Amino acid sequence: MTVTAWNKHGNAQRGGCAASSCGSSSDAVAQLPDAIRAKVNNHPCFSEDAHHHYARMHVAVAPACNIQCHYCNRKYDCSNESRPGVVSEVLTPNQAVKKVLAVAAAIPQMTVLGIAGPGDPLANSARTFETFRQLSEKAPDIKLCVSTNGLALPAAVDELCQHNIEHVTITINCVDPDIGAKIYPWIFWNNRRIKGRQAAEILIAQQQKGLEMLVARGVLVKVNSVLIPGINDAHLPEVSRIVKAKGAFLHNVMPLIAEAEHGTFYGLTGQRGPTSEELQTLQDACAGDMRMMRHCRQCRADAVGMLGEDRGQEFTLDKIEHLEVDYAAAMVHRAEVHAAIEAKRAAPATVSAPRSAEMLVSLPLTTAGTKTPTPPTRPILMAVASGGGGLVNQHFGEANEFLIYEASVRGVRLVGARTTGRYCHGSAHCEDGDTRLHKTIRVLDGCEVVLCTKIGFEPWGQLEAAGIIPNSEHALERIEDAIAAVYQELIAANYFKQSRIETQRLTA
Amino acid sequence: MALRIIESCVNCWACEPLCPSHAIVAAKPHFLINASKCTECAGDFADPQCASICPIEGAILNSDGLPVNPPGSLTGIAPPRPTLIVTESPPV
Repeated sequence: MTVTAWNKHGNAQRGGCAASSCGSSSDAVAQLPDAIRAKVNNHPCFSEDAHHHYARMHVAVAPACNIQCHYCNRKYDCSNESRPGVVSEVLTPNQAVKKVLAVAAAIPQMTVLGIAGPGDPLANSARTFETFRQLSEKAPDIKLCVSTNGLALPAAVDELCQHNIEHVTITINCVDPDIGAKIYPWIFWNNRRIKGRQAAEILIAQQQKGLEMLVARGVLVKVNSVLIPGINDAHLPEVSRIVKAKGAFLHNVMPLIAEAEHGTFYGLTGQRGPTSEELQTLQDACAGDMRMMRHCRQCRADAVGMLGEDRGQEFTLDKIEHLEVDYAAAMVHRAEVHAAIEAKRAAPATVSAPRSAEMLVSLPLTTAGTKTPTPPTRPILMAVASGGGGLVNQHFGEANEFLIYEASVRGVRLVGARTTGRYCHGSAHCEDGDTRLHKTIRVLDGCEVVLCTKIGFEPWGQLEAAGIIPNSEHALERIEDAIAAVYQELIAANYFKQSRIETQRLTA
Repeated sequence: MALRIIESCVNCWACEPLCPSHAIVAAKPHFLINASKCTECAGDFADPQCASICPIEGAILNSDGLPVNPPGSLTGIAPPRPTLIVTESPPV
């Protein structure tokens, strides 16, 4: 199987493409069956292109949880903290509905409402379903989705289907109870707390059963896995193979977030998260033909707005409580905005490159059928400072995250997003500019070029010293075009003739 | 005979819907158990429900005032022990 082969030879192929994804089609969304494609086309989490145009929100109506994961700490709440399971306020279903209508009226691009916690939505089924029931009635133009650990899923499938929920995400970190016992210390099941291997066994069985039931009902299922080095990294390709065989349409591998300050078991016991390279290797191995969630931002359970941004503070309870929303009017406006977005997306791009959810821009290279010697090339990673819209449009120093693209003679593809200053470590750990720069450079490890609109003298020098070429010549250009142009420039400058070390000396 | 929720409670709501006696109140700053209603689930369940789902060690006390889920019992992280003082052994 290609996944296994890729896993074994991951390092050898690094920077190339997963064996299973090489070949004809460049558009991940285009490979999906029509019915699924229609469903994911406007979903900012699934479609890389859609996330430039559409927004999502989560409502935190589900505080309780029926399992414990070693990467989660139920105590944490900090408005500067941004990771799954963390929220600032828990809402009642009525408050949540009010908030959704207010956001939908204010941000017409918001098309997707998810319930993802901060606990498990199906462990709070009364609150979750009441929210869904009211929203399907009052705001039929909003897509609903839910994310669950799967323990209570089989019992909830019937009711989920009644609310016309298009997507369900199940977090499945393993299919082997011995591995599960290292991730889940206990579950609450049939009115008892169950610990150890037995707990993992029950959880895994419920997750798999829930997955099968949803697929049988035609509900789109995405599987999330947290990559925990040394625990489930070697096991995830197996998870991927099984869940896809059962009909999950997408497998999203996310990095473990573990810091001692978070107070989680993994944080306190020194379990490390994966490096960017480990994550990418595994994502490539598990993605198969789907490369659709490389822009995943691991949002909070109360996030509001476009991916990568959080406008939750504009819609706190005190601000929305006395708000009267005329949703009928809002829905008319929303439909107009959506039509304009779709017209824009359908319009031919001003450049010759194809516009698709997963863009692979062809480089006009004469690599075949020509007598002139082919210049040496290799795939490289480039980082882009972008605030959205698919453009190189951020100052290096202002970027909290970088989109990572792979450029090769085959084209340009998004392989991930890396964040820098996203996790609050408390005021004692607040960093000065210098520490922040070092952290950013660490985050960019493995990238050879960074594109931004502007960059200061100091970071310019430090980036070059770290072997990364800063480039601010493509400000406000479309990302794929800019990367393709820089790649061409590197080829023309014989960049790939030298080893990377030599190149660093030349550019420094 | 009643259980008690103390200040380490994080208000996660997990216990509240499970209580067969409706003894749990979503109070501020943390949830509380109405002692006159609480039966410790006797006659309803083998284990007290609130303490069986509570994710926070030490947040629920039994009628003797002892934590139903003592430190280390849920997280697997052993509570800190008194430090042993190791005297330096003479060089060999």
